[in-house]
Amino acid sequence: MTDDITQRIRAIIAEQAMLEPDQITDDATPAELGIDSLGLVESIFAIEEEFDISIPFNANEPEKSDFDISNMGTIIAAVHRLVAEKAE
Amino acid sequence: MTAPVDEALIDAGRAAPAIRPAAETTGRGGLRRVVITGAGTINALGHDVATTLEAFREGRCGITQLDFRDVDRLSIQIGGQVHDWTPETYFNRQQILLYDKFTQFTLLAAKQAVEQSGLHFQGALGLRSGVILGTAGGGLNTWDENYRAVYEEGKNRVHPFVVPKLMNNAAASHVSMEFGLRGPAFTVATACASSNHAMGLAFQMVRSGAADVMLSGGSDAMLCFGGVKAWEGLRVMSKDACRPFSANRNGMVQGEGAGVFVFEDFEHARARGAEILAEVVGFAMSSDAQDIVMPSAQGAERAITGAMVDAGLNREDIGYINAHGTGTAANDKTECAAVAHAFGHHADRLMMSSTKSMHGHLIGGTGAVELLACIMALRDGVIAPTIGYQEADPECALDVVPNEAREARVDAVLSNAFAFGGLNAVIALRRV
Repeated sequence: MTDDITQRIRAIIAEQAMLEPDQITDDATPAELGIDSLGLVESIFAIEEEFDISIPFNANEPEKSDFDISNMGTIIAAVHRLVAEKAE
Repeated sequence: MTAPVDEALIDAGRAAPAIRPAAETTGRGGLRRVVITGAGTINALGHDVATTLEAFREGRCGITQLDFRDVDRLSIQIGGQVHDWTPETYFNRQQILLYDKFTQFTLLAAKQAVEQSGLHFQGALGLRSGVILGTAGGGLNTWDENYRAVYEEGKNRVHPFVVPKLMNNAAASHVSMEFGLRGPAFTVATACASSNHAMGLAFQMVRSGAADVMLSGGSDAMLCFGGVKAWEGLRVMSKDACRPFSANRNGMVQGEGAGVFVFEDFEHARARGAEILAEVVGFAMSSDAQDIVMPSAQGAERAITGAMVDAGLNREDIGYINAHGTGTAANDKTECAAVAHAFGHHADRLMMSSTKSMHGHLIGGTGAVELLACIMALRDGVIAPTIGYQEADPECALDVVPNEAREARVDAVLSNAFAFGGLNAVIALRRV
């Protein structure tokens, strides 16, 4: 069962990676999907625009950002958290 | 009527020792000869060179009512705008996201030029080739759109590509990437002389042996609300037409677009049997060091004379000058005074026209588009006219080729550019 937020994120990533949304699996890393550093920043921008949220991500030190980009699963979970925080 | 200082300048130039490169020694002073083997453009007169030259021959005006967002809030509403521009015809979605309009224009013109030259830059040639482009505004549309988003619309986030889109070297970098030009690559910003400075430096690089092939020219795309609003402030813009040298001229008209050329070592071009459009023979630049907007006849004259000296041409050799000819009161009379003084009696025998009357003032890209008129004069024996000319001005008493193109054989030409900031750049071409 895939919720609406997850579907919208997968659609954004799929468009960036020029893949189909069902190819955006949770265990896939951005690099495996062919998304380079500029593409990742562009995807984050698109997600921010889609959900009207602000994603804490610094491309200089992604590992220190409070936004885990290890794979699609961690990205989707982090966006869920930010959307929920915004609703509070 | 030539002053002694004029002759002194010429003598000084001739006496200057030529720099001798170690390699090729086929040109004047042991320097390499430089030829143009490709040309490309997009501007208000057409989306390619053939259409643009046809408009020059017909004396067709590309200046129209401007069409973009908020144009109703401008007091100046005409310009040499590129119409029917559909970037998706030439670029994919990702490229359009990354290319400001000035980069799009540049890439289209560069592709035309490289295609005409027949050159491929794989391997060693790419390492010996580069690109120098002129622009004044760079990605001005990108600045404009994003300032609007954050200031007017209150947005707190902009697209991640804003910086790589708007930077003034974006076009030069994308040209280097598109063709694999791995040598010198940079952008020159000298306002209205940017393209001429860029092409002059590219010429010097090929001539000196620093590169075998250089792509050069320039581009600007300032026709957006902020771009025109800024120019309005100076009160030098015409509301109805660009009429260079005409007594009733009332200002300049902005244009947009790009011109790009392939400058190639003559021996390299000859060895591969390339078609040669013209030879670049001289270049000179000078600074008025005087005023940030008012031009100086002496500064302009030093660049004109310097280009002839550099080319080894006599005044009598020059048959045509593509004028800076902006249609402002100050430029046109100053330019005519400079030409009259530089050429003496020969000023009455040469032709000088301003094609800005047709395509508008492309600011940093203008010298590049205007070089096409120089090539047309040399190759086709057709002199592009100054259109919109209505009343003779005693302060511009030269043959400005009014309103209709003229057939004439010319062997050598100059292209003038005199920028705000008092920066002058003149290029000399010769028929091959």
